[in-house]
Amino acid sequence: MSGRVLVGVKRVIDYAVKIRVKPDHSGVVTDGVKHSMNPFCEIAVEEAVKLKEKKLMKEVVVVSCGPQQSQETIRTALAMGADRGIHVEVSGKDYETLGPLQVSKILAALAKKEDAQLIILGKQAIDDDCNQTGQMTAALLDWPQGTFASEVSLEKDGIKVVREIDGGLETIKISTPAVLTADLRLNTPRYATLPNIMKAKKKKIANVKPADLGVDLTSRLEVLRVDEPPQRQAGMKVETVDDLVSKLKDAGKV
Amino acid sequence: CSTFLALIPPSELTDQQKEFQQLARKFAREEMIPVAAAYDRSGEYPFPIIKKAWELGLINGHIPQEYGGMGLSIFDSCLITEELAYACTGMQTAMEANSLGQMPVIIAGNDAQKKKYLGRMTEEPLMCAYCVTEPGAGSDVANIKTRAVRVGDDYVVNGQKMWITNGGKANWYFLLARTNPDPKCPAGKAFTGFIVDADTPGIQVGRKEMNMGQRCSDTRGITFEDVRIPKENVLITEGAGFKIAMGAFDNTRPPVAAGATGLAQRALDEATNYALERKTFGKAIAEHQAVSFILAEMAMKVELARMAYQRSAWEVDQGRRNTYYASIAKAFAGDIANQVATDAVQVFGGNGFNSEYPVEKLMRDAKIYQIYEGTAQIQRLIISREHFGKYKK
Repeated sequence: MSGRVLVGVKRVIDYAVKIRVKPDHSGVVTDGVKHSMNPFCEIAVEEAVKLKEKKLMKEVVVVSCGPQQSQETIRTALAMGADRGIHVEVSGKDYETLGPLQVSKILAALAKKEDAQLIILGKQAIDDDCNQTGQMTAALLDWPQGTFASEVSLEKDGIKVVREIDGGLETIKISTPAVLTADLRLNTPRYATLPNIMKAKKKKIANVKPADLGVDLTSRLEVLRVDEPPQRQAGMKVETVDDLVSKLKDAGKV
Repeated sequence: CSTFLALIPPSELTDQQKEFQQLARKFAREEMIPVAAAYDRSGEYPFPIIKKAWELGLINGHIPQEYGGMGLSIFDSCLITEELAYACTGMQTAMEANSLGQMPVIIAGNDAQKKKYLGRMTEEPLMCAYCVTEPGAGSDVANIKTRAVRVGDDYVVNGQKMWITNGGKANWYFLLARTNPDPKCPAGKAFTGFIVDADTPGIQVGRKEMNMGQRCSDTRGITFEDVRIPKENVLITEGAGFKIAMGAFDNTRPPVAAGATGLAQRALDEATNYALERKTFGKAIAEHQAVSFILAEMAMKVELARMAYQRSAWEVDQGRRNTYYASIAKAFAGDIANQVATDAVQVFGGNGFNSEYPVEKLMRDAKIYQIYEGTAQIQRLIISREHFGKYKK
C-alpha cells in the first residue's frame, strides 16, 4: 500500500480567452494564445493535496501529456503542493490527435508503474469537453470510478463519493484502488504561494515517452472540420400568447 | 561608462519570474479588483486583502531569507508590485509602505535588530511605517525638527510627523530625528535613524487623513511626546541617520515607479476596451484617429515607464549605484501615470467623469505618484546632479 495519488493535469487554452477558428477550419488558433491548467484539473490537484495534508495519502504525483510547455502546467501543480511530476512527451501530429483514449492508456500504464492507489482527474477538459478520460482509465484498469465528485471521503472500507447527477446528488461507496473525477463544487483550488513557487523548482519532473509505456498513440478519430457556432439571430417581441402561438405555427415549430 | 551590452536587462523573464507575475496577476484580478471601488468609497483599511497577500508571500519580499523572508531581488518585487498596483494603488501603497519602512533596517540594521523587527513581519501580517516627513519639512528632509536627546541609555524624542503611510496600523516605525542641535552641523552627521515600537508611551497617532486618492491607504500625523527609545534601537550609530534614510530610496523608488506603471497599464486597458466598444458617428471610437492617437501615446508611455523601472531595478540588483536610473524611473512613471489616467478619462468621455466607471479613481489615485517618495521636482534635482556628475570627470 503505497498511499500514492496520481493526478492528471491538462494544459488548455485559458478559460478567459476568446477562441478563434483557424482560417482553414482545421482547428482553433493556439499560437501565442494564453494557456493554463484546465480548471477541473486544478480542483483535482487541490483534492489530492488536501488528502496528503490530512495524511490519508503519502505522495501526490502529477502527470501531463503534451509538448514541452506541459511542464509549466506540471510546475503549477507542484507549486500547489504535489510532490513530483511526470511529463509524458507528446508533440506534433501525435499531440494534435491526442484524445481520451490515448491519455487513459497512458494513465493506466503509469498507475501500474507507480503503484498508485488513487487516480484523480478533472471531470472534463474545457477545450474538448469529452468527459471520457476518467471513465476509460477506470475501465482499462478494471477499477471502480467515482465521477462528477462533489464530495470525497476516504473511509476504512473504501471511498464515499457524493456525485452530482441530473436528478440531484448520488452517494456511492467504492473500493480502492479507484478513479475519481472532480466536479466544480468539490473544492476551491488554492493559490500557489510565492515560497511554494520557489520550492517547486527543486521538485523533480521525470520525462517519459509513450512508447516506453507500451502505448500506441494512433487515433481512431479524424477531425473533418471546425466551425464557429452560428451567429445568434435577433429575437422578436410578441404582445400576446395568441401572437406567440401563431408565430410558432408559421415557423413550423408547432 | 561601462559597455552598453553589459547594462541591458534580460529580454525575457525567467520561468520563476513568470510564475511570480502570474500569481500576483491572478490575486490582483480575482481578489483586489472586485473590492477596490468599495474600499475607495469607504476609505476602510483593506486589511483582509493585505492579510491574503501576506499569506501568499506577496508582501515583505525584500526581507532576507535568514530572517524568514524570501530575499527577492528588486526586479522580481517590481514585477509583483506592478501587477498589484494594476488592481488598486491604494491597497498596493499600504503594502509597499512596509518595504519602505523595512528598507533602512535591511540596509543598516545589525543582526539583532533584523531578527527582532524583520523576523516578526514574516511571522504575522504586521505593518510598519517610514516616519520622516513633518508638517514643515517634506522635500527638505534636513530641515526636520523632531529632536532626539540622549538621556542615560535611552533617547527621548519630541516632535511631529505628518503624512505617514500606515501611521495608524504600524507595529513599528523607522524614525528619523535630529540628534545634533548645532545648526552648523552638516546633514550627514546631524540625524539619527531609530526603530520605534508603535506602542511606546508618548506616541500619539492622529486621525486618518481624507485624501484625493489611494483613499483606503492609512495616512496620519503622529506626535512624539517624551518618547523613550532604547539605544539598542539606533541604526548603525548616532549621526548616521540621514544617509540611511536616503539610501533606502535607491531600493524603493523602482517599486514605486512599478506601481505607477501598473496604474497606467490599467488606465490604458480600460480605455482601449472602451474605445473598441463605444460607437460614435457610425463606428467604434477606436477607429477615429483622434482617439487611436491618444491610445497610441498612452501605450508609448506605459512601455517606456516599464523599461525605466526595470532598468533601475536591474542596476541595483547587479550591485551598482542606481540613483540616476531610480530617479528617472520614478519621475517618468509618476508623470505618465497622471497623463495616461487623465487621457483614459478623456477617452471615456462623460462616462469617464462618473464614479460608475473605473477611470476617475485612477486619475485621483495617480496624483500622489508625483508627490510621495520624492516629488517630481526633487527627482529632477537628483537627475540633474547625477547627470552633471558624469560630465565633470
